[in-house]
Amino acid sequence: MAHQSELIEMKVPARPEYVGVVRLTVSGVANRLGYSYDDIEDIKIAIAEACTNVVNHAYPEQSVHASMHVSFAIFEDRLELVVADKGGAVDIEELNRGRGPITKDQPVEDLKEGGLGLFLIETLMDEVEIRSEDGVMIVMTKFLQRDEVDSNVDRTSEEPTKHQ
Amino acid sequence: MNLDIQVSDYENKSVAEVSGEVDVYTAAKLKETITPLAEQEDKRLIIDLSGVDYIDSTGLGIFIGALKASEKAGTSLTLTGLNARVKRLFEITGLHEVIDIDQAKREEA
Repeated sequence: MAHQSELIEMKVPARPEYVGVVRLTVSGVANRLGYSYDDIEDIKIAIAEACTNVVNHAYPEQSVHASMHVSFAIFEDRLELVVADKGGAVDIEELNRGRGPITKDQPVEDLKEGGLGLFLIETLMDEVEIRSEDGVMIVMTKFLQRDEVDSNVDRTSEEPTKHQ
Repeated sequence: MNLDIQVSDYENKSVAEVSGEVDVYTAAKLKETITPLAEQEDKRLIIDLSGVDYIDSTGLGIFIGALKASEKAGTSLTLTGLNARVKRLFEITGLHEVIDIDQAKREEA
Protein backbone atom coordinates (compact mmCIF):
# COMPACT_ATOMS: atom_id res chain seq x y z
CA MET A 1 0.00 0.00 0.00
CA ALA A 2 1.33 3.36 -0.98
CA HIS A 3 1.94 5.55 2.01
CA GLN A 4 0.44 8.97 2.31
CA SER A 5 3.09 11.60 2.29
CA GLU A 6 1.17 14.84 2.42
CA LEU A 7 -2.21 16.15 3.47
CA ILE A 8 -3.59 19.57 2.64
CA GLU A 9 -6.71 20.76 4.42
CA MET A 10 -8.88 23.81 3.91
CA LYS A 11 -12.01 25.04 5.63
CA VAL A 12 -13.74 27.73 3.64
CA PRO A 13 -17.12 29.45 3.81
CA ALA A 14 -19.77 27.59 1.80
CA ARG A 15 -20.30 30.51 -0.54
CA PRO A 16 -20.08 30.77 -4.34
CA GLU A 17 -17.07 33.09 -4.32
CA TYR A 18 -14.94 30.47 -2.55
CA VAL A 19 -15.52 27.68 -5.07
CA GLY A 20 -13.01 29.32 -7.40
CA VAL A 21 -10.50 29.59 -4.58
CA VAL A 22 -10.71 25.84 -3.95
CA ARG A 23 -10.49 25.19 -7.69
CA LEU A 24 -7.34 27.27 -8.04
CA THR A 25 -5.79 25.53 -5.05
CA VAL A 26 -6.41 22.02 -6.37
CA SER A 27 -5.08 23.15 -9.73
CA GLY A 28 -1.83 24.19 -8.09
CA VAL A 29 -1.54 20.96 -6.12
CA ALA A 30 -2.27 18.71 -9.11
CA ASN A 31 0.10 20.69 -11.29
CA ARG A 32 2.90 20.24 -8.77
CA LEU A 33 2.29 16.49 -8.72
CA GLY A 34 2.75 16.22 -12.46
CA TYR A 35 -0.80 15.59 -13.64
CA SER A 36 -1.47 16.26 -17.31
CA TYR A 37 -3.28 19.38 -18.45
CA ASP A 38 -6.46 17.42 -19.19
CA ASP A 39 -6.39 15.59 -15.86
CA ILE A 40 -5.95 18.88 -14.01
CA GLU A 41 -8.94 20.35 -15.82
CA ASP A 42 -10.98 17.24 -14.93
CA ILE A 43 -9.96 17.51 -11.28
CA LYS A 44 -10.83 21.23 -11.23
CA ILE A 45 -14.33 20.55 -12.54
CA ALA A 46 -14.90 17.61 -10.16
CA ILE A 47 -13.94 19.56 -7.05
CA ALA A 48 -15.92 22.59 -8.18
CA GLU A 49 -18.99 20.40 -8.69
CA ALA A 50 -18.63 18.94 -5.19
CA CYS A 51 -18.22 22.43 -3.68
CA THR A 52 -21.13 23.78 -5.72
CA ASN A 53 -23.35 21.06 -4.27
CA VAL A 54 -22.40 22.16 -0.77
CA VAL A 55 -22.98 25.84 -1.60
CA ASN A 56 -26.37 25.17 -3.19
CA HIS A 57 -27.82 22.40 -1.07
CA ALA A 58 -26.06 21.73 2.23
CA TYR A 59 -27.13 24.60 4.41
CA PRO A 60 -30.19 26.77 4.96
CA GLU A 61 -29.75 30.17 3.36
CA GLN A 62 -27.89 32.80 5.37
CA SER A 63 -26.40 30.19 7.66
CA VAL A 64 -23.49 32.01 9.29
CA HIS A 65 -21.52 28.89 10.12
CA ALA A 66 -21.90 27.26 6.73
CA SER A 67 -18.54 25.95 5.69
CA MET A 68 -17.03 23.30 3.53
CA HIS A 69 -14.13 21.13 4.51
CA VAL A 70 -11.84 20.32 1.64
CA SER A 71 -8.83 18.08 1.83
CA PHE A 72 -6.30 16.83 -0.68
CA ALA A 73 -4.51 13.63 0.33
CA ILE A 74 -1.44 13.08 -1.78
CA PHE A 75 -0.42 9.47 -2.33
CA GLU A 76 2.36 8.16 -4.46
CA ASP A 77 -0.01 6.99 -7.17
CA ARG A 78 -3.08 9.12 -6.68
CA LEU A 79 -4.71 12.26 -5.36
CA GLU A 80 -7.68 11.83 -3.06
CA LEU A 81 -9.97 14.82 -2.79
CA VAL A 82 -12.56 15.09 -0.05
CA VAL A 83 -15.30 17.70 0.15
CA ALA A 84 -17.49 17.54 3.24
CA ASP A 85 -20.20 19.64 4.82
CA LYS A 86 -22.00 19.59 8.16
CA GLY A 87 -25.38 20.33 6.67
CA GLY A 88 -27.12 17.34 8.22
CA ALA A 89 -27.92 13.89 6.95
CA VAL A 90 -29.27 13.51 3.45
CA ASP A 91 -30.85 10.68 1.54
CA ILE A 92 -28.11 9.48 -0.77
CA GLU A 93 -30.68 7.60 -2.82
CA GLU A 94 -32.40 10.90 -3.46
CA LEU A 95 -29.08 12.46 -4.40
CA ASN A 96 -28.44 9.73 -6.94
CA ARG A 97 -31.83 9.80 -8.55
CA GLY A 98 -32.03 10.98 -12.11
CA ARG A 99 -28.31 11.24 -12.53
CA GLY A 100 -26.97 10.75 -16.01
CA PRO A 101 -26.29 12.37 -19.32
CA ILE A 102 -28.84 14.10 -21.49
CA THR A 103 -30.14 12.22 -24.51
CA LYS A 104 -31.63 13.66 -27.65
CA ASP A 105 -34.87 11.74 -27.05
CA GLN A 106 -35.73 13.98 -24.13
CA PRO A 107 -38.08 16.85 -25.00
CA VAL A 108 -36.34 20.17 -24.44
CA GLU A 109 -39.00 21.35 -21.99
CA ASP A 110 -38.26 18.34 -19.77
CA LEU A 111 -34.55 19.07 -19.49
CA LYS A 112 -33.41 20.01 -16.01
CA GLU A 113 -31.01 22.86 -15.36
CA GLY A 114 -29.39 21.00 -12.47
CA GLY A 115 -28.34 17.46 -11.74
CA LEU A 116 -25.35 17.17 -14.03
CA GLY A 117 -22.84 17.84 -11.26
CA LEU A 118 -22.64 14.37 -9.72
CA PHE A 119 -22.69 12.78 -13.13
CA LEU A 120 -19.70 14.88 -14.15
CA ILE A 121 -17.80 14.02 -10.98
CA GLU A 122 -18.27 10.30 -11.62
CA THR A 123 -17.28 10.65 -15.25
CA LEU A 124 -14.20 12.79 -14.72
CA MET A 125 -12.71 11.05 -11.66
CA ASP A 126 -11.45 7.45 -11.37
CA GLU A 127 -13.19 6.57 -8.10
CA VAL A 128 -16.01 8.34 -6.29
CA GLU A 129 -17.55 7.56 -2.94
CA ILE A 130 -20.38 9.45 -1.27
CA ARG A 131 -21.01 9.11 2.46
CA SER A 132 -23.62 10.70 4.65
CA GLU A 133 -23.25 11.15 8.38
CA ASP A 134 -23.83 14.61 9.83
CA GLY A 135 -23.52 15.93 6.31
CA VAL A 136 -22.39 14.77 2.92
CA MET A 137 -18.84 13.66 2.31
CA ILE A 138 -17.69 13.02 -1.20
CA VAL A 139 -14.37 11.28 -1.77
CA MET A 140 -12.91 11.53 -5.27
CA THR A 141 -9.77 9.82 -6.49
CA LYS A 142 -7.67 10.53 -9.55
CA PHE A 143 -4.74 8.27 -10.30
CA LEU A 144 -1.47 9.68 -11.51
CA GLN A 145 -0.45 8.39 -14.93
CA ARG A 146 3.10 7.15 -14.40
CA ASP A 147 4.42 8.02 -17.83
CA GLU A 148 3.34 11.58 -17.41
CA VAL A 149 5.07 12.13 -14.10
CA ASP A 150 7.47 15.01 -14.13
CA SER A 151 10.77 13.56 -12.99
CA ASN A 152 11.71 16.58 -10.91
CA VAL A 153 8.74 16.10 -8.59
CA ASP A 154 9.96 14.47 -5.41
CA ARG A 155 7.08 13.39 -3.22
CA THR A 156 8.48 10.42 -1.37
CA SER A 157 10.66 10.44 1.67
CA GLU A 158 12.18 7.05 0.95
CA GLU A 159 15.51 8.53 0.05
CA PRO A 160 17.09 10.92 2.47
CA THR A 161 17.30 14.42 1.10
CA LYS A 162 20.84 15.46 0.39
CA HIS A 163 21.74 18.82 1.76
CA GLN A 164 24.47 20.82 0.18
CA MET B 1 -12.42 34.76 -11.44
CA ASN B 2 -14.07 37.10 -13.84
CA LEU B 3 -16.81 36.86 -16.35
CA ASP B 4 -17.35 39.39 -19.10
CA ILE B 5 -20.33 39.47 -21.44
CA GLN B 6 -20.62 41.74 -24.48
CA VAL B 7 -23.99 41.82 -26.17
CA SER B 8 -24.49 43.03 -29.76
CA ASP B 9 -27.98 43.54 -31.14
CA TYR B 10 -28.84 43.06 -34.80
CA GLU B 11 -32.11 43.11 -36.72
CA ASN B 12 -32.79 39.41 -36.42
CA LYS B 13 -30.26 38.17 -33.92
CA SER B 14 -28.47 38.89 -30.68
CA VAL B 15 -24.86 37.91 -30.19
CA ALA B 16 -23.47 37.46 -26.70
CA GLU B 17 -19.72 37.17 -26.43
CA VAL B 18 -18.80 35.51 -23.16
CA SER B 19 -15.30 35.40 -21.76
CA GLY B 20 -13.79 34.24 -18.49
CA GLU B 21 -14.88 31.49 -16.12
CA VAL B 22 -18.44 30.28 -15.73
CA ASP B 23 -19.01 28.72 -12.33
CA VAL B 24 -21.45 28.98 -9.42
CA TYR B 25 -20.11 32.45 -8.58
CA THR B 26 -20.29 34.03 -12.02
CA ALA B 27 -23.36 32.08 -13.20
CA ALA B 28 -25.91 34.55 -11.86
CA LYS B 29 -24.50 37.32 -14.05
CA LEU B 30 -24.56 35.09 -17.12
CA LYS B 31 -28.12 33.96 -16.45
CA GLU B 32 -29.33 37.54 -15.92
CA THR B 33 -27.89 38.59 -19.26
CA ILE B 34 -28.68 35.52 -21.35
CA THR B 35 -32.25 34.72 -20.28
CA PRO B 36 -33.91 37.95 -21.52
CA LEU B 37 -32.02 37.59 -24.81
CA ALA B 38 -33.27 34.02 -25.23
CA GLU B 39 -36.83 35.14 -24.51
CA GLN B 40 -36.90 37.64 -27.40
CA GLU B 41 -39.43 36.36 -29.90
CA ASP B 42 -38.06 37.80 -33.12
CA LYS B 43 -34.37 37.27 -32.59
CA ARG B 44 -32.27 34.20 -32.55
CA LEU B 45 -29.51 34.08 -30.00
CA ILE B 46 -25.88 33.29 -30.69
CA ILE B 47 -23.61 32.79 -27.72
CA ASP B 48 -19.92 33.02 -28.52
CA LEU B 49 -17.85 31.12 -25.99
CA SER B 50 -14.45 31.81 -27.60
CA GLY B 51 -13.20 33.53 -24.47
CA VAL B 52 -14.45 30.93 -22.00
CA ASP B 53 -11.72 28.78 -20.53
CA TYR B 54 -13.64 27.17 -17.69
CA ILE B 55 -17.20 25.97 -17.40
CA ASP B 56 -18.94 23.43 -15.17
CA SER B 57 -22.46 22.11 -14.65
CA THR B 58 -23.76 25.42 -13.33
CA GLY B 59 -22.90 27.02 -16.67
CA LEU B 60 -24.29 24.10 -18.65
CA GLY B 61 -27.54 24.52 -16.70
CA ILE B 62 -27.79 28.13 -17.85
CA PHE B 63 -27.54 27.08 -21.48
CA ILE B 64 -30.24 24.46 -20.90
CA GLY B 65 -32.41 27.25 -19.47
CA ALA B 66 -31.63 29.48 -22.45
CA LEU B 67 -32.47 26.68 -24.87
CA LYS B 68 -35.84 26.18 -23.18
CA ALA B 69 -36.55 29.92 -23.28
CA SER B 70 -35.63 30.24 -26.95
CA GLU B 71 -37.77 27.25 -27.94
CA LYS B 72 -40.68 28.75 -26.02
CA ALA B 73 -40.14 32.03 -27.85
CA GLY B 74 -40.06 30.19 -31.17
CA THR B 75 -36.50 31.18 -31.98
CA SER B 76 -33.18 29.38 -31.86
CA LEU B 77 -30.05 29.21 -29.77
CA THR B 78 -26.60 28.57 -31.21
CA LEU B 79 -23.36 28.19 -29.31
CA THR B 80 -20.13 28.98 -31.09
CA GLY B 81 -16.41 29.24 -30.43
CA LEU B 82 -16.16 26.38 -27.92
CA ASN B 83 -12.60 25.36 -27.12
CA ALA B 84 -11.75 21.65 -26.92
CA ARG B 85 -12.24 21.44 -23.17
CA VAL B 86 -15.61 23.18 -23.19
CA LYS B 87 -16.78 21.14 -26.16
CA ARG B 88 -15.79 17.93 -24.40
CA LEU B 89 -18.01 18.83 -21.45
CA PHE B 90 -21.00 19.28 -23.76
CA GLU B 91 -20.23 15.88 -25.29
CA ILE B 92 -19.83 14.06 -21.97
CA THR B 93 -23.15 15.38 -20.72
CA GLY B 94 -24.94 14.73 -24.00
CA LEU B 95 -25.85 18.41 -24.32
CA HIS B 96 -24.31 18.58 -27.80
CA GLU B 97 -27.22 16.45 -28.98
CA VAL B 98 -29.85 18.97 -27.92
CA ILE B 99 -28.07 22.31 -28.27
CA ASP B 100 -26.96 23.61 -31.67
CA ILE B 101 -23.19 23.96 -31.57
CA ASP B 102 -21.46 25.73 -34.42
CA GLN B 103 -17.80 24.83 -34.55
CA ALA B 104 -16.99 27.41 -37.22
CA LYS B 105 -15.53 30.70 -36.18
CA ARG B 106 -17.94 33.47 -35.53
CA GLU B 107 -18.70 35.36 -38.72
CA GLU B 108 -17.82 39.01 -38.61
CA ALA B 109 -20.96 41.06 -38.57
